Amino acid sequence: MSAVLQLDGVAIRFGGVQAIAGVSFAVEKGDFVGLIGPNGAGKTTLIRIIAGLLRPDAGRVRLSGVDVTGDATAARVRRGLALTHQIVRPFREMTVLDNVVLGAGYRYTSNPFRALLHLDRRREKERAAQILAQVGLGGTEGKLAGSLPLGQMKRLEVARALAVDPEVILLDEPLAGLNHTEASKQVETIAEVHARGITVVLVEHNLEEVMRICRRLIVLNNGQVIGDGEPRAVMADPAVHDAYVGAGMVGHAEA
Amino acid sequence: MSAYEISIISIIGINVILAVSLNMISGFCGQISLGHGAFFGAGAYAAALTMVGCGSVPLAIVAALITGSILGVIVGFASLRVRTDFLAVTTIGVNFLFVGFVRKQAWLGGEMGISGIPATGLGAAGNMTMILLFAAATIALSLYISRSWMGFAFRAVGQDEGAAATLGINSGAYKLAAFGIGTALAGLAGGLYAFFTQFITADAFDFIFSVMLMAMVVIGGIGSTWGVVVAAAGLTLLPEAIRFVNDYRLLVFGGLLVLVIRLAPGGLAAMFQNVFLRTRKP
Repeated sequence: MSAVLQLDGVAIRFGGVQAIAGVSFAVEKGDFVGLIGPNGAGKTTLIRIIAGLLRPDAGRVRLSGVDVTGDATAARVRRGLALTHQIVRPFREMTVLDNVVLGAGYRYTSNPFRALLHLDRRREKERAAQILAQVGLGGTEGKLAGSLPLGQMKRLEVARALAVDPEVILLDEPLAGLNHTEASKQVETIAEVHARGITVVLVEHNLEEVMRICRRLIVLNNGQVIGDGEPRAVMADPAVHDAYVGAGMVGHAEA
Repeated sequence: MSAYEISIISIIGINVILAVSLNMISGFCGQISLGHGAFFGAGAYAAALTMVGCGSVPLAIVAALITGSILGVIVGFASLRVRTDFLAVTTIGVNFLFVGFVRKQAWLGGEMGISGIPATGLGAAGNMTMILLFAAATIALSLYISRSWMGFAFRAVGQDEGAAATLGINSGAYKLAAFGIGTALAGLAGGLYAFFTQFITADAFDFIFSVMLMAMVVIGGIGSTWGVVVAAAGLTLLPEAIRFVNDYRLLVFGGLLVLVIRLAPGGLAAMFQNVFLRTRKP
């Protein structure tokens, strides 16, 4: 099986709201998938399920064929999943370099006792410096992560995600809050990540950028997949158009 | 050395072990515990019972370590469920529970405590040396952990558990490890205390004592091993040196705690660092 990430009939209900109602899709190795949907479609809930922050009521989540539905986030990361947070969460009181070094040492930190027996960080420091250079953060290594501007913090999130040697990287709105220049730089970085053979799942509001860089689009609405395929073909589908753009347009027209 | 000096140095050694071990839990791993006295007490009672039972010092030390650690891991499980302020309140509860439980147990001597604990046979100076050796080992372990990947991961867990998880770090396992190691050392300190006084009552391990330990950690500089060592020694000596401090111990410690948190949240360690860096720059 070549699917790096596979969802089978995933569903979750919060009180009276069926937030996710049976979502299934498989992301193949090397794919570049955009996950979109109007506000309230269930994108964030679905990401939280994939990341292991929420347990679905039904359905399975698999990473490279292994069922991880019952695993916590940390265990999934060790299975090749990396994720970035929509709202940046660097370790503010650590240096930029240390933020990435910690990710690069995931083999030591996977178990407290193994972590206790290892001191040497030279290899991880070299690796972290390389990654920082790749995402355009070279020269900021010694700064405190909390002192970076937002655009650079967003890159630091990507750098940390790369440090854990992921098979698939889940980017939760990596462009949100960035100005035009910062956003296009960030898009470049993401494209480079994909060019290195890492599967990318991108959740993003910026439809223009998503259409430009994704190879495949999955559209969520009311907790269900209503479109899946080549971006232009999907957006041309009247059902998608209605749900995603149409409703908004009607709203505008009435206002 | 006079008997007085020996006893003061012994108490400093015990307080250093306690403060440094609390710093591993609260400083390195960010889990605020205000019940460290309970683990100290558990170790003291375990060592006292072992000494009364068989008189073996090594066995008493092992019993103290294990008892402290077992109780610590149990409380550590609570830290997986409750966080920050709620964890602090939970650990306060554990401390009261411990004292309340021990007071009512006939086999633990109840209100009267355990007296006539057999001597170690090392003499007062020998006991002091043993305490100082264990204190040195605790400091060395703390410095080692801080430099290791474990200390690195502790800091990550302390700052942001969610972000740590995205780097493959299992926060729960680290919190249990911090509690397990820190409370084992608190148990050890309890054992050494039982050897030193040969008489223990539950009151020595109450919540007020736990707060004093936390004051040592915060005033020394939360997370800094050497800062905490200096503060533990200094705050143990202060009431001995200054009569006023002894009479108003809680007032002085409480006042210092408030001043440090308000004016220098990094404690002595950060103050020292600031002065050192400032004089080096020009």
